[in-house]
Amino acid sequence: MKEKNGLRLARRLALGPYGLWAMLFILVPLLFVAYYAFTDNDFAFTTDNIARFFTATSVSDGVVTHTYLLIFWRSLKLAVISTVICLLMGYPIAYILSRSPLRTQKILITLIMIPMWMNFLIRTYAWMTILQDTGILNSFLRLLSLRPVHIIGTEGAVVIGMVYDYFPYMILPIYSVMAKMDVRLEEAARDLGCNSFGVLRRVIFPLSLPGVISGVTMVLIPSISTFYISQKLGNGKFYLIGDAIEGQYVANNLHFAAAIAFILMVILLIGMALMQRYANSRAAA
Amino acid sequence: MRKIIELKNVSKAFDGQTVLDNVSLDIYDNEFLTLLGPSGCGKTTTLRIIAGFESPDSGSLSFLGEDILSLPPHRRNVNTVFQRYALFPHLNVFENIAFPLREKKVPQDEIRGKVDEMLRLVALTGFEKRSVTSLSGGQQQRVAIARALISRPKVLLLDEPLAALDLKLRKDMQQELKNIQKATGITFVFVTHDQEEALSMSDTVVVMSEGRIQQIGTPIDIYNEPRNAFVADFIGESNILSGIMLQDRLVRFSGRDFPCVDEGFARNEPVDVVIRPEDVVIVPKGQLRGTVTSVTFLGVHYEIIVDIGGFKWMIQTTGFADVGDEIGIYVDPENIHIMKKSEYSGLFGDYSSFSNEFDELSDAESEAEP
Ligand SMILES: Nc1ncnc2c1ncn2[C@@H]1O[C@H](COP(=O)(O)OP(=O)(O)O)[C@@H](O)[C@H]1O
Ligand SMILES: [Mg+2]
Repeated sequence: MKEKNGLRLARRLALGPYGLWAMLFILVPLLFVAYYAFTDNDFAFTTDNIARFFTATSVSDGVVTHTYLLIFWRSLKLAVISTVICLLMGYPIAYILSRSPLRTQKILITLIMIPMWMNFLIRTYAWMTILQDTGILNSFLRLLSLRPVHIIGTEGAVVIGMVYDYFPYMILPIYSVMAKMDVRLEEAARDLGCNSFGVLRRVIFPLSLPGVISGVTMVLIPSISTFYISQKLGNGKFYLIGDAIEGQYVANNLHFAAAIAFILMVILLIGMALMQRYANSRAAA
Repeated sequence: MRKIIELKNVSKAFDGQTVLDNVSLDIYDNEFLTLLGPSGCGKTTTLRIIAGFESPDSGSLSFLGEDILSLPPHRRNVNTVFQRYALFPHLNVFENIAFPLREKKVPQDEIRGKVDEMLRLVALTGFEKRSVTSLSGGQQQRVAIARALISRPKVLLLDEPLAALDLKLRKDMQQELKNIQKATGITFVFVTHDQEEALSMSDTVVVMSEGRIQQIGTPIDIYNEPRNAFVADFIGESNILSGIMLQDRLVRFSGRDFPCVDEGFARNEPVDVVIRPEDVVIVPKGQLRGTVTSVTFLGVHYEIIVDIGGFKWMIQTTGFADVGDEIGIYVDPENIHIMKKSEYSGLFGDYSSFSNEFDELSDAESEAEP
């Protein structure tokens, strides 16, 4: 009994530095965001910043739009499209990867991770030079006497940028779950009457769900709040919520920037909680 | 009896290493057949070929007379109980057992009835809702059996299903498996490296070594009439001596002529002579004489090692002799078993390096092997 208490104390002490780190760099900044979101320039309490997010409108050509709700909706749409593309491409790749010889796995994982070592501004610029009307892609198409395509400045270009940026975050968690999966479970399923699709549907997919959920979370959340990609690849036509925060920050509207960030965070937290609940209900069933 | 499965001249190599070498085997309806052999001899590979997870490099496999080598596993009327069960961790006991029926879109109430029946068969009624990861090894084993039996396959393949269980549970499960096999009438192809298990459970035992079948027969045949030194040594304890068959019913070994009951060998043909330790009788004078070098008390009997002219015999006896005693031995003609010489001659059956500890160590090792 005494020993157990000692062990518990030791564990708590070992966790101490991490706790302190979490306090300083996670909790305190969050509190600052909330504090700024609910105060005005004189640091008096106000809900105006929050209200502004939902009510701000702009009029052009006689059409009234809720500026920030529209921006949020656009961010969500592009993020969801990017996430779905990442998942559809990443899932089969992760599966094939996890069933390859160990050496191949190591090499391919390194290749997938290399872009993550590059600064994302540089990656975005690289895509600009590829996708521009006079860029590498179109030069190549012309070389083959094919019709050049206009991509830069479209939503498609923004999606390409996001998919490229966040793809590894989809593959890696799914891959790590699949690599740990017992191959004999697939054999058992085949033995018990499943064809390949049945094995995927009834064994591989349910068992890989935790990886899928963390992959989706790790792509969806940063891509909703992404900025800069849209400015460069979308020619600034697709202002996203991350750009809005950045814009307000640069314009020194710290309190409104904090309010947008705060609202985004609350929405994401609710979304994550719902997803986790779905995962748990699947696990329990 | 109807032949269900026929393997003909099946060979298989992995990375240039021959794992199965020209294996031919007939499996009949309603029989309990055991593949017995040391770890690495190709038992699992044989099962995997029957189940459809491996395909042989050459040879054929037929099921009720039809070639099934091109059929994928899910189209074969054969189910497997895997070595470590391979239960689906995301499904509870009920859904694990119902798994094959759900694939066939069987109506829910029929599934309910069949799963209940299976749960009763493996004595797990009331465990439906339990998570399979919360079950003991023995219970997981039963779920695996129920899951493999529920769609009534013609043949059930079991790959060392009892190896992970402790001794007491293993004995119970042996009996239970045997009962299940009788009750269902399904052909069982059972894999083990434990000779006692093989002898006590099977209708037919197939002894394998290094990818080749050494002998096929009933447990009694295999024990009493081992075909070569490998089988004689692997099945129980044996003293195996090199001898010469002088003529029908007369063999010479250890420098003496012994009457025996075997016939049909060439005159003066070199042979291997097998004598089981329990068939050696200690007598005052005897046919041969030697010095006792070790005595081990094993409860029911003593295990005595006797040095007779440099060859160490093992004797199992209820009588007592002390280390250093000079004793005489007698073997009844019926208990002298003559075998043709084989590649295994001279490799087994001498207890010179005998030690109980060694035996246990090597057993433990082979069991730890997956
Ligand atoms: N997939 C495989 N790749 C390479 N070697 C294998 C493979 N499967 C089995 N082997 C080899 O084949 C031999 C026989 O294996 P196995 O059939 O599992 O034997 P047993 O079940 O009798 O212990 C072993 O030496 C094993 O290492
Ligand atoms: Mg094996």
